[in-house]
Amino acid sequence: MLRKKEKKLIVTFHTTADAMAMEKACKEAGTKGRLIPVPRALSAGCGLAWCAETEEKEQIARIMEEKKIEKEALHEMFV
Amino acid sequence: MIYMDNAATTMQKPKEVSEAICRALSVMGNAGRGAAEGALSASRIIYGAREKLAEFFGAENASCIAFTANSTESLNIALKGTLQTGDHVITTVLEHNSVLRPLYECQEKGVELTILGCDKKGNISLQELEDSIHKETKAIVCTHGSNLTGNMIDIEAVGRIAKRHKLLLIVDASQTAGIYPIDVQKMGVDILCFTGHKGLLGPQGTGGLYVREGVKVRPLLSGGSGIDTYNMHHPDKMPTALEAGTLNGHGIAGLSAALAYLEQTGIDVIREIELKHMRQFYESISRTPGIQIYGDFSAKQRCPIVSLNIWDYDSSEVSDELNMSFGIATRPGAHCAPLMHEALGTKEQGAVRFSFSHFNTEEEVETAVWAVKELAKR
Repeated sequence: MLRKKEKKLIVTFHTTADAMAMEKACKEAGTKGRLIPVPRALSAGCGLAWCAETEEKEQIARIMEEKKIEKEALHEMFV
Repeated sequence: MIYMDNAATTMQKPKEVSEAICRALSVMGNAGRGAAEGALSASRIIYGAREKLAEFFGAENASCIAFTANSTESLNIALKGTLQTGDHVITTVLEHNSVLRPLYECQEKGVELTILGCDKKGNISLQELEDSIHKETKAIVCTHGSNLTGNMIDIEAVGRIAKRHKLLLIVDASQTAGIYPIDVQKMGVDILCFTGHKGLLGPQGTGGLYVREGVKVRPLLSGGSGIDTYNMHHPDKMPTALEAGTLNGHGIAGLSAALAYLEQTGIDVIREIELKHMRQFYESISRTPGIQIYGDFSAKQRCPIVSLNIWDYDSSEVSDELNMSFGIATRPGAHCAPLMHEALGTKEQGAVRFSFSHFNTEEEVETAVWAVKELAKR
């Protein structure tokens, strides 16, 4: 059985390089989260997404703004 | 961590490989640039690897082997370097994007492309292949083994068809080199594209292609070659013709050590272990409710790959769960093989791929069986 789904913040990226920049930036800022395979609801392609708690939204937006990390999209969804 | 993503890259390498790379980092100059000890040392190491690969693939001689960074580079060279406007080329839905995307580019430049479909088990029909040949057909391009289903194509049989119709046979051996014996002359292969970091157990950034003597391939790159400096054009002699610029000598030193390991251990021994793992895994889960496995497991020859889905679960979620709760590394999603996913009807769901190494143990396979069965419980 799969885990019970929880509402999370999911950030997708155009490239793997952007996803790696995100992980590094969040780690440096002490913001929790982790890289996961992109859920199929968002894309059927290869790729990684940043998965975090929804309450980190503003903090994450700030980090991305500061580090100029371009997102593809930002979702709140159950994963 | 239990690593079962060996079709992506073999993460566990023989220790000789890292030792060879470390040694090379301190003794290698630039191959073919001068005759000082460092340059010669690099030339010798690279030539040694070239000779080993020639022998490994049954090539006429070492000069038939050119080094590249990976299969993708090799395939781009092979396809863009042989196909021209007006040519017809035949390929299959089993192919990876490293074959399909260069072919689509060729198609935009006026190459006619036929893509053979497959049956429910993911196999192509050789009859359909032969029936697709017409007077403009220049080449057949196909994989030796699907990276998604693990199904293999009988290259020797395709080679006979290619020979009968005087066509070039270009083969993508990414999933089979180092696992199945490949004899390019016996199989009738004109260009063999391979990568160093999968079954050959070398480092990433190594790979190459075999080009049959007499087959002309236009290079993708031109530049420094260490020879023929005052020629305005890049030399057309193999292997220099396809090796502009400094080679990844340090990586090739590692690949050479990996080839020595394969020779010493025996790829037959390695393959038997990997296929045993695959069978053990397949047979333990194939009748479990909710588990859908793709590919042809009745075939005598196949790659040590099992791709599956559990119920209608997102393959990304399953793979993530295998990773987080069971410590098992697999690959989910689309596997850069879009047409194979379409043929299997897994475009939306993707698939979770387990691919085995001879370094895996029976216990690890048992753990994977248990994990998959746990996830399939309702």
